[in-house]
Amino acid sequence: MTISDTSSNPATNSSADTNAPAVLLAAKSINKDFAEKKILENISLTIEEGQIVTLIGPNGAGKTTLVRIALGLLKPDSGSIYHRPALRIGYMPQRVHVEPTLPLTVNRFLQLANRQDKALLSSTLQDLKIGHLEGQQLAAISGGELQRVLLARALLRKPELLILDEPAQGVDLAGQAELYQLISEISDKHRCGVLMISHDLHLVMSSTDEVICLNHHICCHGKPEHVTNDPAYLSLFGASASQNLAVYTHHHDHEHGIGGSVKEHSHD
Amino acid sequence: MIDSMMLFFSTDFVLYALVAGISLALVAGPLGSFIVWRRMSYFGDTLAHSALLGIALGLLTDSNPQLSIIISCLLFAFLLTLLDRRPSISTDTLLGILAHSSLALGVVVLALADSVRVDLEAYLFGALLTIGNADLIWVLVVVSLVAIVLSLFWNDFVSITVHAEIAEIEGKNVNRLNLILVLLIALTIAVSMKIVGVLLITSLLIIPPAAARSMAKTPEQMAARASVIGCISVVLGLVSAFYFDVPVGPSIVVVATLIFLVFYFYPNVLKTKN
Repeated sequence: MTISDTSSNPATNSSADTNAPAVLLAAKSINKDFAEKKILENISLTIEEGQIVTLIGPNGAGKTTLVRIALGLLKPDSGSIYHRPALRIGYMPQRVHVEPTLPLTVNRFLQLANRQDKALLSSTLQDLKIGHLEGQQLAAISGGELQRVLLARALLRKPELLILDEPAQGVDLAGQAELYQLISEISDKHRCGVLMISHDLHLVMSSTDEVICLNHHICCHGKPEHVTNDPAYLSLFGASASQNLAVYTHHHDHEHGIGGSVKEHSHD
Repeated sequence: MIDSMMLFFSTDFVLYALVAGISLALVAGPLGSFIVWRRMSYFGDTLAHSALLGIALGLLTDSNPQLSIIISCLLFAFLLTLLDRRPSISTDTLLGILAHSSLALGVVVLALADSVRVDLEAYLFGALLTIGNADLIWVLVVVSLVAIVLSLFWNDFVSITVHAEIAEIEGKNVNRLNLILVLLIALTIAVSMKIVGVLLITSLLIIPPAAARSMAKTPEQMAARASVIGCISVVLGLVSAFYFDVPVGPSIVVVATLIFLVFYFYPNVLKTKN
């Protein structure tokens, strides 16, 4: 492992020295109340090309609300959202409920995103290993398979920014690690930014550039190694959550070319 | 038997009824599928009932009955979508209140306007065999318009029905598409009033798709099969109305219901062994 501190910008990819990292999305001082209860307080964040930002926080912390505001589905009470002009977003919602009266094959569902590009469809199906599901009814596949199908739908838009609301829910533990690995590979391959909500920091850690710990306000943020030692993080998730991390950090790989202060943890 | 059938189908009024009924059933298949998928059958009912009020007001103001039905349907549809966006009271309750109050108001106004003789039963249960040239043209124009818009926006409509938020992120104007879809439903209900009547219109829209559900793997299959089932119901309903001397509208709905029951209890009835 090489450690370099020369780059101050975590999104600077070694392969893209010529291009300055462009800001895809920026939220500035977002506030949102629901029924006079403060849900989001003074939230600011930016996502750049190729950068993976993970939102963590307890239930009801306002993560989904923040994501919906970032997407433009919800208006903030105050603050502003900037999208890079003509930004293509791939969105994977937390829940997809298909009416039982609506017959829908996986293939037809995916065609809703992009009807023309058949080559892209088949390569995406292959990348996500869901080719065998094509003819099946969307309502009949398992939770883990559904998550992959939803990811495929988001990718068919050739997104510059992927926004994923708990992409690994309903996926078994082995599948979760694989899914996060996949997301990180996608981000590398297409240089797209990723904003995702996750509960499992220990699983996303290796593929995350920036962690934002949210509980109505931003409690702490920074590199995963930094956040997990932050008192605010520890008080939200407890020391045991941090303990788990040590087990997983040696999955760390530097294929992503994250420049900067990646600390080396003790290996055995 | 065959001779009398030939005679039956060559009669002018039967021919008109057949053309009007079949063209309506063709668009009712896909449109009704959306009503089923989006759980809008109560919405459709409310719209249809309020159309009676439109008829009454049209008669009072002495305007073209078809036109006043269409305008009042479109107006009500628009108002109902506004109402739909404010979920402070249960939409279900609100629709129930509106459906029955507008029906009651329509009947009351019709009774008050006793200067004009109105066949209330014709409006409530339809009078397919009395439709004339002008009615037929109305039906054909509206049905073609609905069919064109439906085919232009088909993928968008399916997309917002499956998941409105993903569709919005993918660049679809969900509110506008919702409104277009609702207006198409309103137009279709407005012209089908003469065919099955205010009280039975929703059934013509939802029963064929419900019957087609078990045979379909994609939205398109369900819509197309619903159209076929609708057409069969119209033809068999007309024939049996003629032979058993029963009202046409209810007879069409009874046939559609029988088809629904067959597919509901024997979903594989049409599947051959490979």
